[in-house]
Amino acid sequence: MKIAVASGKGGTGKTTVALSLALAAEGDVRLLDCDVEEPNCHLFVRPEQEDVLPVNLRIPVVDEERCRLCGKCAEACEFGAMAAMPNRVLTFPELCHGCGACSFVCPAGAITETPEEIGEVRLSRTDGLRLVRGLLHVGQAQAPPVIREVMRHAGKRGTAIIDAPPGSSCSMVAATRQADFIFLVTELTPFGLHDLGLAIETIEPLGIPMGIIINRVPDGCDGDLGTDGRVPVMLRIPESRDIAETCARGGTLLDALPEMRPKFKELLRVAAGKEVSPC
Amino acid sequence: MKIAITAREARPDAEVDPRFGRAACFVIHDTETDASTIVDNTQSLNTAHGAGLQAAENVAKAGAKVVLTGHCGPKASDALAAAGVEVQEGHSGTVPDAIQAYLAGAAT
Amino acid sequence: MLTERIPELTIISGKGGTGKTSLVGSFAALAKNAVFADCDVDAADLHLLLAPSILETIPFLSGHEATILPQQCAYCGACYEVCRFDAVIRTRVRGEGFHYRIDPLACEGCGLCHLACPSEAIAFTERDCGVYHLSETAYGPMVHARLHPGAENSGKLVSLVRQVARKIAEQSEAGLIISDGPPGIGCPVIASLTGTSLAVIVTEPTVSGEHDLKRVLALTRHFGLPAVVCVNRWDICPEVTDRIEAKAREMGAIVLGRIPYDRAVTAAQVAGKPLVQHSDGPAAEAVREMWKALEGMMAEGLPQRSFPRSLADVTG
Repeated sequence: MKIAVASGKGGTGKTTVALSLALAAEGDVRLLDCDVEEPNCHLFVRPEQEDVLPVNLRIPVVDEERCRLCGKCAEACEFGAMAAMPNRVLTFPELCHGCGACSFVCPAGAITETPEEIGEVRLSRTDGLRLVRGLLHVGQAQAPPVIREVMRHAGKRGTAIIDAPPGSSCSMVAATRQADFIFLVTELTPFGLHDLGLAIETIEPLGIPMGIIINRVPDGCDGDLGTDGRVPVMLRIPESRDIAETCARGGTLLDALPEMRPKFKELLRVAAGKEVSPC
Repeated sequence: MKIAITAREARPDAEVDPRFGRAACFVIHDTETDASTIVDNTQSLNTAHGAGLQAAENVAKAGAKVVLTGHCGPKASDALAAAGVEVQEGHSGTVPDAIQAYLAGAAT
Repeated sequence: MLTERIPELTIISGKGGTGKTSLVGSFAALAKNAVFADCDVDAADLHLLLAPSILETIPFLSGHEATILPQQCAYCGACYEVCRFDAVIRTRVRGEGFHYRIDPLACEGCGLCHLACPSEAIAFTERDCGVYHLSETAYGPMVHARLHPGAENSGKLVSLVRQVARKIAEQSEAGLIISDGPPGIGCPVIASLTGTSLAVIVTEPTVSGEHDLKRVLALTRHFGLPAVVCVNRWDICPEVTDRIEAKAREMGAIVLGRIPYDRAVTAAQVAGKPLVQHSDGPAAEAVREMWKALEGMMAEGLPQRSFPRSLADVTG
């Protein structure tokens, strides 16, 4: 099954939770780092060797000999990636989504497509844990194609834990839409709770069951969200300088608080019980 | 030579529109005949993507060799450069002010 | 007549949750005659600190989406063949072959299916992606937005928010625009940085913060943008703070300052106020010092597409 860890607000502890779930899970476990703009899982897993697969988009190349300057390509492009100037056609690869509309409409057959690398998928195996991480190249704008490539490595059997990007836009949806269960990580600050609401609103239409994990719950606080309880709170992680310092140096939550391991096993069990049965 | 100036209104003495891509229109001024014509830019205003590129196409098709505006985005600048159109940013005031500032600068 | 562009400070972080919005809230309270833009359009929080009164709300229509009109569909499958985003879903219907529909969340809005359909059975309509607001706050005008859940085109909405903020700044003769950027290094971040005057990068002393800072500094360098860096909650891990500052200098950024861990930051957020309005504690003091340094840099003239090695190089 596929379990995603998401949040509206960044920095609430998605990676911490995703790592804890992956380390607590048994059998065939894959950790998929879909935060391709700023992936961090590898900093804690520390893979020694990674296989690197390029992620390409198909970018148009205009053959100026054949081009009749009719401008149909620029007209068809929905993304502003082509401009038909009076003397030549310009392409802007950073805006291209690789859809192929320009070459489809060109009456002169002047447009071919060439692969341009926008990122990578890196595969590794460390102590039985498989890590699949996506990496958007610096200066490239489009995270979703790299996220989709990472998700192709989710596997059909075993457990896949997905570390999703923050926010509530297309990138977050691309990382979570295939999940069977989604954990939303929040903190009890106004920003954390506000963005939790946005994340719930984003996922509800997908019909995927969700549970909330509250991180950094202050001592003596019951960690009540004050919401209507539509989405159940499934775990509270205490606020502790010890955890903060351990994770800051590259340790995991389970290094700081080994007694939490059974709680993460329980979360996996509950999530598996709520798995949407295939139809 | 023809100069294109971004304008807030369709008048030769209109105020300079500080934006290139989303300018209301362009005044095309011919320095040889001293005549001005107006090129509409509403088509670019209504594009979701790449207003700057659409505007650059419009200006280049009008035959301008120079653009005077407040600010021009990097894509539009590239497109104009490819068509051999020079861009001068930082203009404000009225269209005649901008033409005068350009000609004064070009003379020195 | 040639005039100067109004400068813009854009606060970004790479890693999320390092304190961008808290810092922008305080800068807003300290700045005089500024306009604010919340560019984190899919998880906007600045309004929780600046309490804006919304003057106007405008829909954000951007791009298109495809829908198959079942009455006109000839079930030829041309759309299924051409779509590169797996957005055309094919289901077998007993006795009728395949039926097709478009998954709106997977649809990239490229229009290729619409162009390829021989039966004109694919509608290609404008997409409603969200709204943006023009507002007034106690500290100055503010432009903020709300992308619909899961929507595309967040980069376009960011560009729009910034364009509108700049227009308001020009009309009101403001001296500065302060933009609260999104996390990451992708499309909405690039849209937040294009044409800005200075990137103010907030990070934290963790291995993740350190890793992400390198990527975000590589991005500002890629665009030739001057950048300053500050480390929030620096005392959580002083040795990582030292490493981060050394790396930042090595990559050509100016180290602006350190903010200590201070519970007043969360308390201010709970009170719905900028930190500097709520507290005179150590974090608030550090933020005031940083603002003074930024004002100094702006008075001297911000570095133009160059990479000074330290604050001393700029302020003399």
